[in-house]
Amino acid sequence: MNANGVNPEHDATRPGPAAQDGARRIVVVGYGMIGHRCAELLAERAAAASPATAPVRITVLGEEPHEAYDRVHLGALFDGKSAEDLTYAAPPGVELRLGDPATAIDRQRKTVTTASGAEFGYDELVLATGSYPFVPPVPGHNATGAFVYRTIDDVEAIKRFAAGRKVGAVVGGGLLGLEAAGALKAMGLETHVIEFGPRLMGVQVDEGGGQALLSRIDALGVSVHTSTRTEAVEIGEDGAVYALVLAKGEDLSALPVDLVVFAAGVRARDQLGRDAGLACGERGGIRVDELCRTDDPAVYAIGECAQTVDGRVYGLVAPGYAMAETVADHLLGSDPAPFHGADLSTTLKLLGVEVASFGDAFGATPGALTALYSDSTAGLYKKLVIGEDGRLLGGILVGDASAYATLRPLAGTDSPLPATPEQLLLPASLGSAPSLGPDALPDSATVCSCHNVTKGSINAAIHEQGCADVAALKTCTKAGTGCGSCVPLLGQLLSAAGVQTSKALCRHFEQSRAELYEVVLVTGIDTFARLLAQHGTGEPDGCEVCKPAVASILASLGGTLGSGKRGSGRHILAGEQAALQDTNDHFLANLQRNGSYSVVPRIPGGEITPEKLIVIGEVARDFGLYTKITGGQRIDLFGARVEQLPLIWRRLVDAGFESGHAYGKALRTVKSCVGSEWCRYGVQESVKMAIELELRYRGLRSPHKLKAAVSGCARECAEAQSKDFGVIATEAGWNLYVGGNGGFRPRHADLFAKDLSSEELIRTIDRFLMFYIRTADRLERTAAWIERMEGGLDHLKAVILEDSLGLCAGLDRVMAEHVANYADEWRSAIEDPETLRRFVSFVNAPGTPDPEIKFEVERGQIKPLLTIGPPPQAGDGAGESGADRGGAHARGGDRPAGSEDERLVPAEVGA
Amino acid sequence: MSVTASKQRVWTAVCRYCELTPGRGVAALVDGVQIALFRTTAGELYAIGNRDPYSGAFVISRGVTGSRDGVPTVASPMYKHVFDLRSGTCLDDPTVALPVYPVRRYRGLVWVQR
Repeated sequence: MNANGVNPEHDATRPGPAAQDGARRIVVVGYGMIGHRCAELLAERAAAASPATAPVRITVLGEEPHEAYDRVHLGALFDGKSAEDLTYAAPPGVELRLGDPATAIDRQRKTVTTASGAEFGYDELVLATGSYPFVPPVPGHNATGAFVYRTIDDVEAIKRFAAGRKVGAVVGGGLLGLEAAGALKAMGLETHVIEFGPRLMGVQVDEGGGQALLSRIDALGVSVHTSTRTEAVEIGEDGAVYALVLAKGEDLSALPVDLVVFAAGVRARDQLGRDAGLACGERGGIRVDELCRTDDPAVYAIGECAQTVDGRVYGLVAPGYAMAETVADHLLGSDPAPFHGADLSTTLKLLGVEVASFGDAFGATPGALTALYSDSTAGLYKKLVIGEDGRLLGGILVGDASAYATLRPLAGTDSPLPATPEQLLLPASLGSAPSLGPDALPDSATVCSCHNVTKGSINAAIHEQGCADVAALKTCTKAGTGCGSCVPLLGQLLSAAGVQTSKALCRHFEQSRAELYEVVLVTGIDTFARLLAQHGTGEPDGCEVCKPAVASILASLGGTLGSGKRGSGRHILAGEQAALQDTNDHFLANLQRNGSYSVVPRIPGGEITPEKLIVIGEVARDFGLYTKITGGQRIDLFGARVEQLPLIWRRLVDAGFESGHAYGKALRTVKSCVGSEWCRYGVQESVKMAIELELRYRGLRSPHKLKAAVSGCARECAEAQSKDFGVIATEAGWNLYVGGNGGFRPRHADLFAKDLSSEELIRTIDRFLMFYIRTADRLERTAAWIERMEGGLDHLKAVILEDSLGLCAGLDRVMAEHVANYADEWRSAIEDPETLRRFVSFVNAPGTPDPEIKFEVERGQIKPLLTIGPPPQAGDGAGESGADRGGAHARGGDRPAGSEDERLVPAEVGA
Repeated sequence: MSVTASKQRVWTAVCRYCELTPGRGVAALVDGVQIALFRTTAGELYAIGNRDPYSGAFVISRGVTGSRDGVPTVASPMYKHVFDLRSGTCLDDPTVALPVYPVRRYRGLVWVQR
């Protein structure tokens, strides 16, 4: 403490009833999702408070060493996400003390003591200590290999232990248990779920819903044991979990397992409050009133550690957030909304199965009616609970929860149903899907239940604060930043409000690239001119954006469009298409900064014979080209002028080389490590697979370039996880990763599917690529495409692996046509005199090289000598005369004068 | 064909009209000057300087043609600056303009004056 007796940095550690600098000290104990939210709200309220009020100092004491994170999505850590991805930003201006849990409260002195012995004085204390996993006290429950599933550290420990092990079991078939089961499955373990009750997720779904869930999960290869008690955990000689002893009725059995995760429910962590003498419920939870106050008016409790006025302890995040809001408003705002209780509405995706439960899901309201749709073969179960007056009270959705976003806000409101219950329940394929638009919702309907944001507040943000997209709404209202289930509805509210987020490709087309793809696919239009005339905005011609984009679409669908001459494998420079291509595709080479081009022959998988290496060397030497080995395991030859390109390629084609498509928005390379043929550690033949993939997808035009790699073992020498699609060999086959990216914004690829056979791998990549080509925006790499995708990776998996949109047959067909129709572009080009005619520097002097392309020598090779100074002006007569240079190859004719043939002469400007 | 009298504006025939791909350009070397010559999709002819002022490379003739609010354009292939084919003005930066050359079609040939 300094001479003034004020040390703002550490003032909160000083015990006593009030800070000497007059600041009001609020201490939050617990830094989980609810503690974080509370601190964030307090900081916001404090920042917005009038300057006349006392300054507020907010201190958070957290047990875990991590920053707060999204505990709801812990499972994502098994899906390629990192702890950082789940971490929340620390609220500004809040003092965080992490890894040092509170151990005692002195309510008389108004202090909190932490494990390290530090003492923090408070004016108000908020307990958000959450809950702890309940572990049934069966013998062996604390053996090595027995885990709980609650924190990032738990997840890390499970991950470490599971490596190399084969069988895992989860005790508990509730929400957390199924999440844990999903994690074990994601790690490739044979997975069992042991549930004491008669059905899965007994809290959220009823008998029928539980059946549908069971059949879905069973189909995924997870063994579910319901009505089964876990009697004991058997411990092996190594001291680790060996088997579970299970009892079903009178029958005892043993299930051999390598690890077990207890997810049999949670208990309120109320010990800190109990020890301090705060009143607690019989079954746990610090008792609070409707403002979340404990029986000590200076102490509050929120979230899973609190027993609310309705006598319940809420284990979901949305009620916790609502309590945080109540406390923050009560302490620093005004007009707190009292917390009387919350419904247990929830929607989630467990093992890829959508489950939603909302409102009066079990029909407890007197006189409630039930409308039910159930399809046990499809694992679909949908139930709506309707009140006597015809209003929606609640419902359960299993297998398809897409209606949740619009139905949940209706439940319990006075709004009538937007359609008959049967219409709302039937799958879209079985009848006209009713409009579940946001119009059906009253302004008071809660759209985001995590952050308690109503439709009215969202509309206010749109109309009064000018929010024009979902991202702005998220920032402005926080809606959609919790579980994310309301994001589709946010989009609908935006469009209902007339806010249009432009997805127009350019000024010539209002459609996005993906929409134009569909137009071409459906109409069979196979020229740019027709597409512009029939679907454009009315401009007479396109531009450098839409022309190459449409050319790419036409090329991607080249094998599919029309038939005969119009379709099958048309060359990208054939007919009208030639005029659409960017210069790279037009000259089948990469434009460099001085107007010269580079040449990249394909070297599939990076494998090349000495003879071919020698040819590349000879060509480079004979044409004086700069050579460099690329990151994609091939060789780039720089400094070729356009008229040299066919000569260079004649030599390369004769030696068996093909175009490497380095110039195209197309597959570039499939990089590989040396694989099991040579490598001591390799487990599969990665070079062979890389070559197969590269040859399969060569020439495939796509919205942006595609890079790929195959690694022969988990050491990942080919860096497959930074590629659009990356393959890593496993003992059992291949793991496929998608959406990786180097470049400006690097992104690790997501694990997409595990242990695929070679055939499965290729089929999966086929569909992935074709779905990308079909739906991505122009110049959108796979990484951005996946991040933008509604439903994200899960949706992509459903489309590709489960054919949820019924597209796969079509995707397979277009890919098969691509593969069947592939022809080397450069071979075709050098064999076609019409195409070759374009490869000249000057139309009137075909033998003359561009005199402006000049080189100097550095490190034994050429490099561009760049033009410096202002451009030569017309009439400067710069350089030699055309006649001296081999003649202006004009082909006869008199000097023209004004004539009837002049209609095309533009106005004389300049010169 | 010979070129005479440097002070005088001279028409030079550079190629046949039918050799030009609709919607694309070619470069012509006229009296030592590089001229980018375009035949638009609509069939009109334009001739402007071939040097891209932003990169210094002689590549304008290899750009993609188009239209912007009805104005015929070409986008430089280097950094995609868009130029008005009629005036040579850069539509993204009106202080920059390429030289423009009179061009006409006569007896099946394309003539450029400089």
